Amino acid sequence: MAHAEPAVVSDIVPPAEVPEVDLYHAKSWLTKYVFSQDAKVIAIQYSLTAISIGLVGLVLSWLMRLQLGFPATFSFIDPSDYYQYVTMHGMIMVIYLLTALFLGGFGNYLIPLMVGARDMVFPYVNMLSYWVYLLAVLVLAASFFTPGGPSGAGWTLYPPQSILSGTPGQEWGIVLMLVSLALFIVGFTMGGLNYVVTVLQARARGMTLMRLPLTVWGIFVATILALLAFPALFVAAVMSLLDRLLGTSFFMPHIVEMGASLPYGGGSPILFQHLFWFFGHPEVYIVALPAFGIVSDLISTHARRNIFGYRMMVWAIVAIGGLSFVVWAHHMYVSGMNPYFGFFFATTTLVIAIPTAIKVYNWVLTLWRGNIHFTVPMLFCIAFIVTFLNGGITGLFLGNVSVDVPLSDTMFVVAHFHMVMGVAPIFVIFAAIYHWYPLMTGRMLNEALGQFHFWVTFVGAYLIFLPLHYLGFVGVPRRYFEIGETGFVPASAATLNEFITVMALIVGFAQVVFIGNLAWSAFRGRLAGRNPWRATTLEWQTAELPPGHGNWGPTPPVVYRWAYAYSVPGVADDFVPQNLPPSQVAAAHPSVRAAD
Amino acid sequence: MGFLRHIAEKPWLPQDAVEGLHAERAIAAPAAKTGLRFFLAVVGVLFFLLVVAYAERMRFESWRPGPQPFLLWLNTALLVLGSVGLQWARTAANRGQIDGVRGGLAAGGLFTIAFMAGQIVAWRQLRGVPFFDMASPAIAFFYLITALHGLHVLGGLVAWGRATARAWRAAEVVRPLRGGVDLCAVYWHFLLGVWLVLFGLLFSGQGNIDVLLALCGFR
Repeated sequence: MAHAEPAVVSDIVPPAEVPEVDLYHAKSWLTKYVFSQDAKVIAIQYSLTAISIGLVGLVLSWLMRLQLGFPATFSFIDPSDYYQYVTMHGMIMVIYLLTALFLGGFGNYLIPLMVGARDMVFPYVNMLSYWVYLLAVLVLAASFFTPGGPSGAGWTLYPPQSILSGTPGQEWGIVLMLVSLALFIVGFTMGGLNYVVTVLQARARGMTLMRLPLTVWGIFVATILALLAFPALFVAAVMSLLDRLLGTSFFMPHIVEMGASLPYGGGSPILFQHLFWFFGHPEVYIVALPAFGIVSDLISTHARRNIFGYRMMVWAIVAIGGLSFVVWAHHMYVSGMNPYFGFFFATTTLVIAIPTAIKVYNWVLTLWRGNIHFTVPMLFCIAFIVTFLNGGITGLFLGNVSVDVPLSDTMFVVAHFHMVMGVAPIFVIFAAIYHWYPLMTGRMLNEALGQFHFWVTFVGAYLIFLPLHYLGFVGVPRRYFEIGETGFVPASAATLNEFITVMALIVGFAQVVFIGNLAWSAFRGRLAGRNPWRATTLEWQTAELPPGHGNWGPTPPVVYRWAYAYSVPGVADDFVPQNLPPSQVAAAHPSVRAAD
Repeated sequence: MGFLRHIAEKPWLPQDAVEGLHAERAIAAPAAKTGLRFFLAVVGVLFFLLVVAYAERMRFESWRPGPQPFLLWLNTALLVLGSVGLQWARTAANRGQIDGVRGGLAAGGLFTIAFMAGQIVAWRQLRGVPFFDMASPAIAFFYLITALHGLHVLGGLVAWGRATARAWRAAEVVRPLRGGVDLCAVYWHFLLGVWLVLFGLLFSGQGNIDVLLALCGFR
């Protein structure tokens, strides 16, 4: 899809018409680096906080795996602890790591730079967004230190069991979890309004919607999804909190406990499930759509090829966003809901595979006959495509009611959603960090350590999760502290569990190497130069690297073309930046032009 | 259908020089107004889900209708007057009449504060009724929904306070003041609309939501 440059001659256009914004200029160290209103600083604050709490989630997964691999070995893990690990691991990874890092981290850093803005449109609200997020993280983390510990209700927090005695963390853990979720949503809404309005209102001159890089499209649509889906979680959290603290019965049916009737009555636990999954399924795409966008841009840059089917990619992002609101009850096939619902939701679930498949085909076709550079970002992108395809296909299995019912409570589901929602987006996060680290620090990450990190993580993740699919097929249940001896689970399952645990520890170790690489390269990494990946997008065309406050120096950029001008026939370089006026695009040597 | 037209473009084809392209914003409104519109969409989804939850809960046999405080009719009238006041301020701001802006803001704010006071009185009245029970879903929903609506009104009053202070400081209608009053008026009208739906469907008569659900084919 390479295209010839348009034959425009008098084309150096002054950046008029887009009004200059009144940037807030920090007056002290505190307002420059701590209470900063600069989106780039906020992005790094979001990222560091998300990665820090994500590391807690990683350690929790090791503890879970130690118990599953070597039951009755570690005396410091009892059943309550195990359920608390499961709950906190799930919630931390899905909400506080993935959502916060993709939208709060990459969204804040990349949106203003990629659309050619000086900053977000509401910088003060943007700053508040981070501090409310940090408060949410601290409230959540505080639950580790409360009497009874954090909630052990499972990451879905289903009532009535989540607030009944006997469930770990019923005293304070669940209260702090629900308060933390409500805070997170308030904080996210502040940030989300910024991301959406900045894309719509603050684009540079010439940056039409269809010239936006797909990264921005992914984050933009994911943010709209989040803005519309999080209220469902907010409502569910507040109602659940009132049930726990004030004795209301929104979700609590009449319950007899130890022979005594509890003061609840008439609530509907299924209602909570509907609200939770009305948020929960779009949440998958809140994480996946930014990943889709980032992968599209990265494979285009690292294969020196224009993205195949850009317009279809945009439409697919929008279509997936819309469809993600009508599939939620496929998480509830075993809840006892009306079977006709199951038919409807199975159909919509299968339909969503169509735009998703379009994206996968387009990625593969972008790579096809491309000048593929096996850089670390590219390796992670290819790993993402393979992994997302794997997870997506098992998703098609589980989307069918008759297949889902027997598999629903097994490790197969754990394997499926870790592939599609855990491993795949994390690969993109790694790809994005390796790709944009030079932009943020001016230095490259160490390549050898990066290759080590990639191969151990990629191979290790498959050695963890492929066997987990198998364990699910043979009937190993999920959510169990230990399986014990059963007639239907073969003894070899225990050996396989040990193997998975060892692999999980090895993959975890590779992440420690990655963190070390981040720290080491910030000071000792090879200097990156202006545009180390020779990318077309605006974030690499700033006045200085890393970009300074206000991003663009005295003059904001003007955009002359879309983001995918790689290997343009008749042009000397194999890429043309979005802001390079056509008259300054150097022509290739005549011999090369003849070959074109 | 501007958005659809935009996403039908083919950016890989030769295009006009930048002058020929919009410089452009997808939406002509100021950023703050676009931000407010998206925020109102979020608030709208929040209350929509609460109404759906209420309707879902009503299907159970154990549902007992909640009391319908008559005071809510008066409170509704106060909120309508609050909205009228803000609209008055908005119109005056567009005409450049600073006195009208001040009068409209003062009236709008006072009626809204009176609405909030009335809601608190309704809460206290409800606590005094025989068989008051927080475990009764209708009562719990009443408190939850009115509290969330009240919190949104309270947030609006913070913005109103800023706009009012600015109106009293300014000698004439300046652009930021006009923008602030405009945003307040839009927010007030929206919250009034939300309240009318909540009040009309849930708190003004037992059968209204049933009628609606029957019309939609859900009953």
